[in-house]
Amino acid sequence: MSEMLNTLEQTALSEYKYGWVTDIEADEAPPGLNEDIVRFISAKKNEPEWMLEWRLKAYRHWLKMSEPEWANVKYPKVDYNAIKYYSAPKQKKTLNSLDEVDPELRATFEKLGISLDEQKRLSNVAVDAVIDSVSIATTFKKELAELGIIFCSMSEAVQEHPELIKKWLGSVVPMTDNYFSALNSAVFSDGSFCYIPKGVKSPMELSTYFRINAENTGQFERTLIVAEEGSFVSYLEGCTAPMRDENQLHAAVVEIVALDNAEVKYSTVQNWYPGDKEGKGGIYNFVTKRGICAGVNSKISWTQVETGSAVTWKYPSVILKGDNSQGEFYSVAVTNNHQQADTGTKMMHIGKNTRSRIVSKGISAGFSQNSYRGLVQVGKNAVNARNFSQCDSLLLGDKCGAHTFPYIEVKNSTAQVEHEATTSKIGEDQIFYCNQRGLDTETAVALIINGFAKEVMNQLPMEFAVEAQKLLAISLEGSVG
Amino acid sequence: MSELKELIQNKLSKESFSGNGSLKALSQKGLELFNEQGIPTVKHEEWKYTRISAALNKNFSYAEGATAITAKEVEEFRLPGYEAANELVFVNGIYHAELSNIRSSADELVILPLSEAVKGEYKSIVDSNLGHSAGYHKDGINALNNAFAYQGLFISVKKNKSVEHPLYCYYINDARTVNVLSQPRTLIHVAANAEVKVVEEEVTIGTSDSFINKISEIVVEDNAQVHLYKIQNEDSHSSCVKTTHVRQIGVSKVNSVTITLNGGVIRNNLNFILEAPGCESNMYGLYCVKGSTHVDNHTIVDNKMPNSLSNELYKGIIDENATAVFNGKIFVRKDAQKTNAYQSNKNILLSDTATVNTKPQLEIFADDVKCSHGCTIGRLDDEALFYLQSRGIGDKAAKALLLHAFAIEILEKIELEPIRQYVDQIISERLDFEI
Amino acid sequence: MLSIKNLQARIEEKEILKGINLDIKPGEVHAIMGPNGSGKSTLASVLAGRADYEVTAGSVEFLGKDLLELSPEDRAREGVFLAFQYPIEMPGVSTTNFVKTAVNEIRKYRGEEPMDAVAFLKLMKERMKLVNIDQALLSRSLNEGFSGGEKKRNEIFQMAMLEPKLAILDETDSGLDIDALRIVAEGVNKLKSKDNATLVITHYQRLLDYIVPDYVHILYKGRIVKTGGKELALELEEKGYDFIKEELGEEVESPL
Repeated sequence: MSEMLNTLEQTALSEYKYGWVTDIEADEAPPGLNEDIVRFISAKKNEPEWMLEWRLKAYRHWLKMSEPEWANVKYPKVDYNAIKYYSAPKQKKTLNSLDEVDPELRATFEKLGISLDEQKRLSNVAVDAVIDSVSIATTFKKELAELGIIFCSMSEAVQEHPELIKKWLGSVVPMTDNYFSALNSAVFSDGSFCYIPKGVKSPMELSTYFRINAENTGQFERTLIVAEEGSFVSYLEGCTAPMRDENQLHAAVVEIVALDNAEVKYSTVQNWYPGDKEGKGGIYNFVTKRGICAGVNSKISWTQVETGSAVTWKYPSVILKGDNSQGEFYSVAVTNNHQQADTGTKMMHIGKNTRSRIVSKGISAGFSQNSYRGLVQVGKNAVNARNFSQCDSLLLGDKCGAHTFPYIEVKNSTAQVEHEATTSKIGEDQIFYCNQRGLDTETAVALIINGFAKEVMNQLPMEFAVEAQKLLAISLEGSVG
Repeated sequence: MSELKELIQNKLSKESFSGNGSLKALSQKGLELFNEQGIPTVKHEEWKYTRISAALNKNFSYAEGATAITAKEVEEFRLPGYEAANELVFVNGIYHAELSNIRSSADELVILPLSEAVKGEYKSIVDSNLGHSAGYHKDGINALNNAFAYQGLFISVKKNKSVEHPLYCYYINDARTVNVLSQPRTLIHVAANAEVKVVEEEVTIGTSDSFINKISEIVVEDNAQVHLYKIQNEDSHSSCVKTTHVRQIGVSKVNSVTITLNGGVIRNNLNFILEAPGCESNMYGLYCVKGSTHVDNHTIVDNKMPNSLSNELYKGIIDENATAVFNGKIFVRKDAQKTNAYQSNKNILLSDTATVNTKPQLEIFADDVKCSHGCTIGRLDDEALFYLQSRGIGDKAAKALLLHAFAIEILEKIELEPIRQYVDQIISERLDFEI
Repeated sequence: MLSIKNLQARIEEKEILKGINLDIKPGEVHAIMGPNGSGKSTLASVLAGRADYEVTAGSVEFLGKDLLELSPEDRAREGVFLAFQYPIEMPGVSTTNFVKTAVNEIRKYRGEEPMDAVAFLKLMKERMKLVNIDQALLSRSLNEGFSGGEKKRNEIFQMAMLEPKLAILDETDSGLDIDALRIVAEGVNKLKSKDNATLVITHYQRLLDYIVPDYVHILYKGRIVKTGGKELALELEEKGYDFIKEELGEEVESPL
């Protein structure tokens, strides 16, 4: 047992390997938030008037709101006036090709394992690379355009596809939805836009890679995915940040629209800097992610592997409006040291014969607190709605906590809702059994944890499953027994 | 709300309670907190699904002399098996010895007003236990009862005594002439090696509105056994908040069965605080509701020491416009290693206008534990229905049979035969099931 | 190969092994029999290195090494295999992946290269036949939802894959019907060679019809009280454990 705890503790001491800073000159807004800053951001991006008006409306609404306090997380109040809301690496205004990306930036992404070089491309993955507030490069644009797929930065989309942005931006997560979404609507600086036309199945994974680099900045990106009738896309998001002593805010909004018979699969590997082992620094990850199955037979599936961030507040949700639509949420959330995570999902059944499935695996180690919070709602007209939820928690050590807060609201007698949750630890008998087969304790623990998380890992696109598995092991390194 | 506050203020200012010490302090603190917090609204996380403000906004009156319940009137609602029971009668929240019938001898069972108990040999028990529930319910409704704690009753089951006669407690609101808000309060002390069964029933006489805001705190010592049974079968104009707060301070076993059949807005808070290693707690509930009844079972199991076992099973059959809420919370504190805690909530909705909100929660701070919770909401099993039909049982009878079978699992936990039969009878009639 | 001298062990405050002496040579099959609570499973656990037990005296030498000094995984890597009485379930960990990890960990210990996927699959296919185990079972989570027979067969399959020098079968017959018992025993017999040894721990004689021992030891109250050939098992079966008590001059409870 003590050996097991030792191994656990050692793992907890392992270092965050993405903690370096790139030395690049940045074009920044002064810290603070007011209408001028909103105008500044909009002007920087050369936005049309309607976009500025939208932002200002959100900002004015945000001023009237207060920060939510119901989540099971504790952190010092964020000083919204100490944050820089815009920071862009300085580079030539327009890039004619990817070759023109600043070598420093290119190196940054290479170091993160993201190749912007299409010759050395990740097999079959198109990447939009976002650093601090702006998108640096998007790969494979041409190939995708041939199929009619639009995959570009949000700034570009506002310029090039205003009619689509006007129609869909804020349609799933209204600017007034919550405190952080209102803030994001006011100051979002970039993000990815993805549009899959009718009947098109995207031949490659689309992916956005987010990197916070500058100091005292917040990152407020906005992602919008629209899948037209009968289309399919698999989308992946990854994120890292340098190690810094102060906390940095990340308040993103992701919106997904799936029309008739469309399917969107959204995977996240979230590895923002979690703070050091004393709980100093790290990212506040306050994110609103929501999809709407607007059409019949549509499907939205969220998969997330959450290992980073000091504090996470995040509930990727699905509104099941279309008849026969399906929502899925697969999550592995690992917390170690002093990390806190309050994450889960909302499945709102509105249409008939709607189905949802929730699989959440929480792993807590060190002094961390890991909460699952989920809502399953079956409305009056959601005839034959089905939900199955499974929430398992694994505790490594006796200084951490695991919490499960499912909310289930049912107003239809034909609904079938099932929720199961368990909490357990790695059994000494399991470890001994592995030892007896020649496995040392650390290997045994890694094996058992991967087994615990397997159902979720299986949902990840192949290219990222291996990476995610490694990440899981690294996040818990030295914490298991 | 201001009207209610005024009413309470007036009532309390008229009382000549001259006690001192913990009781007075609790009453005063209760009033202060109530004035500050008022009645909890749905914005309060623990009251998210239950709105009690309407049931409390009823122009209640404390008209003096309006109540004169006779022994004959008590006859009307005695529960089966009363012949062998200790019967405790509370009218509008206050214990009435002359209407009660105590069969156990004083060396087994001691019944005293709290205002006396707080002075004598039970002082330390009262001091250390009365108001303990306030730590778990930091809201105005708990505070409101605390303000009236000086009216409360103290019950002690003596060491090594197994009380043969169960305690039947009737909480009567006399709403024949005015709307009544009552605040019954009891502190039950079960000493080491003792055993007792307690049955509680609320009764409203008359057709005016009635609200019972009750707190019962129970402290259980080493090797003691307690059985708690609640039967709730009132009219729609009767609402209540009932808090039962059990502290298991010794290695002990406590079983609770809560049966809800009818009423207006019913909120049951049931807390088990497991403060000794190796405790066992079983919490069972059955709500079989229709009409516009709203029932909310809020349970807390707080495991503080190692090796305890808690088992919780609540089942519901919800029909017509009824709403059921289940909110179960299991805490496993840092020192409570080797805890086994199970929680299950199963619901069957019979109508499209019925609603279920359920929120089973786990908060775990120890790693060597086995905890699970589960909940289901659904219909009767089609397979089972078909099986019965294929054996020639009609649709209606088959449904009744299955629903009764669903309910029986809870009814079987009642270890007082006359009470079990009585409840089974009502449930069977409700479900059209022939025993 | 294995030499146990005056082995004493306890769990918490309870003395269970009170001085075991036992020598096992390559190629031999030993059986340890004894009534419930005699310390049979404790002996198996102590040899495999389960932490719950404290060795208070004695020594165990295995292939020239002090076995008691080794961690459980190093004992396994040296060639000690314990077939568990109650194999552990591991949700989400496929048997294949588990065994592959074990095989390669042991190879690493011996300074050998890890086995590649192709070679591993080939070996697995071959060994599967030996114990008559189904491929489908091996792709499922380790022991999860397995029947009693499947679990025991899986243990023998792992034994076949890991090729131990000393296999300890802890009550491998418990919970098996006669067909399953035969399959398991056949597997064990096929794995037998002149270089390895087997220690069978059992309560009943019937397993020994299939795995024929060279020596039978009777364990009683933490000591080996009698050693003989395979016929000792039959005698025990016939007379019951009371005959041991009689031989030791203990009082036997009268059936009346």
